[in-house]
Amino acid sequence: MPATDSAGLGRGRALAFVAPALVLIGIFLVFPALWSIYIGLTDYTLTGPSSVNPRIVGADNITGALSDPLFGNSLWLTLLFVFGSALIGQNILGFTLAWMLRGARRWLRRLVEGLVLLAWILPSTVVAYLWVAVLDRDGGTLNALLNTPGTAWLVQYPMISLIVFNLWRGTAFSMLLYSSALDVVPPSQLETARMVGAGRFSTLKDVVFPHIRGHVLTNTLLITLWTANDFTPFLLTAGGPDHRSETLPVFIYQQALGSGALGYASAISFLLLLVNLVIALVYLRLLRRRG
Amino acid sequence: MTSLVLRRIGYTVFFAVILAFFAIPMLWLASAPFDSKPGLGLRWPDWTFGNVTATLEHPYALTSLVNSLLLCGLAMIVTTVLAACAAYALSRVRIPGRDVLLYLLLLLSSVVTGTAAMVPIFVMMYQLGLINSQYGTALVIAGGMLPAAIFILKDFVDAVPRSYEESARVFGASPGQILLHVVLPIARPGIATIVVWSFVQAWGNFLLPFLLLRDINSQPAAVLMRTLYDEGGSANLTVIPVFSLLYSIPVVVLYLFVSKRYGFRFHGGIKS
Repeated sequence: MPATDSAGLGRGRALAFVAPALVLIGIFLVFPALWSIYIGLTDYTLTGPSSVNPRIVGADNITGALSDPLFGNSLWLTLLFVFGSALIGQNILGFTLAWMLRGARRWLRRLVEGLVLLAWILPSTVVAYLWVAVLDRDGGTLNALLNTPGTAWLVQYPMISLIVFNLWRGTAFSMLLYSSALDVVPPSQLETARMVGAGRFSTLKDVVFPHIRGHVLTNTLLITLWTANDFTPFLLTAGGPDHRSETLPVFIYQQALGSGALGYASAISFLLLLVNLVIALVYLRLLRRRG
Repeated sequence: MTSLVLRRIGYTVFFAVILAFFAIPMLWLASAPFDSKPGLGLRWPDWTFGNVTATLEHPYALTSLVNSLLLCGLAMIVTTVLAACAAYALSRVRIPGRDVLLYLLLLLSSVVTGTAAMVPIFVMMYQLGLINSQYGTALVIAGGMLPAAIFILKDFVDAVPRSYEESARVFGASPGQILLHVVLPIARPGIATIVVWSFVQAWGNFLLPFLLLRDINSQPAAVLMRTLYDEGGSANLTVIPVFSLLYSIPVVVLYLFVSKRYGFRFHGGIKS
């Protein structure tokens, strides 16, 4: 859209309008992102001698991370978490809900959408506690329902619990995105598919999917980015027991504030920033091609 | 015929399972606050309002909600005002390098997450002596929300026809008057969206206040919630359910308000 200065603001005043926002963004987003590179090259710690006089150690933090079994562990758990709860879980459940709800009765549609949305908008500390309660060993609702008394889900199956939790927590986004995507599919084509007797699977594959391919990619990229950066697992398990649910964000926190290894944690944050950058670049590229 | 019946059954079972999956964890939030002996499991409550009184008397419960109001109110005001000014100028005036700037902002809004930047932000605030400063924390939160807020608002401003501003200008209104009396009223739905969105985002934010506000007297509800259940103990079970309910209500009310008033607008990529 061509910008025409219809209020007669003028360039100078326009710059003055943009500047305060840019200053804040510069201080609290751009600077920290760049500074994490520098801190990541030092042996800076929260306490002790290195907290006063940090030394430059170069790439030691990165090479240290590569041989740190805990880092490898958290990388693997993050992949599991993203793959299970977002790529597969939220994607498929979100699409299925959007698809099934199209023909559903009004009250059912409202009820399901309302509940799924509520799971998404409630504050993370509250939903984390709701799940701690449901999964509790002694009084939890899940054990009562499944008749499995004494099962401590968060201790015995921490990763599965986190994946199911995140499926519950985040499906709303995929559901909303896919229901607006499905509006694009022309009903006449679905009708034709039905007339020629196409099965449900081939209808989805040959009629629906070509129309929503772009949405699937957008959705997948966004939920991958958010899930990889999600700190809520900390609220459920804090990474335990014995690092068995320590995804990357929790690992960074534990290294930085638990062990005080700020330099090391910063180097790993920088790796996470790079991953985010790659995902975001692909996403913007996609947006541009579609726009 | 049988396949139709089977399909019907499958359909019903699917929705029954979905409803149970999504509702069961939340039902506790409706029953436990009013149960005289609240437990972790779900049960029909033995009705009482005693828990509410106990929660209100808790030394930190109300304080933390007030802290939340202060923190989120401040972050919301800063975000809305700065984003509105920036979005307007970026929409109407061709500042040199505007397109690059917009691209970078969009990139920043998703790349520099709280998790990825927590270490440098913590170190920065620590060295500036701003740990436990509510104002400092509010600014950090606002800084994180600004790129996305600018984008949402710019979309709104782009959709506002320029003819209003132009005709006001023909009648000799100054830029200031035009902004205040012409642009602001038309952009109100956009601004309301940002007000609600930024408030809700800040209200739910746990990580930044958890990192930066270590003193319980300055902590918002998000952090107190965690402190309450991390310590455990049976005494807190009278407080936690009511407190979670009090803490959740504003978010739900604001969402209902926005979706009722302006329809649920779908802004891809801005929740988190």
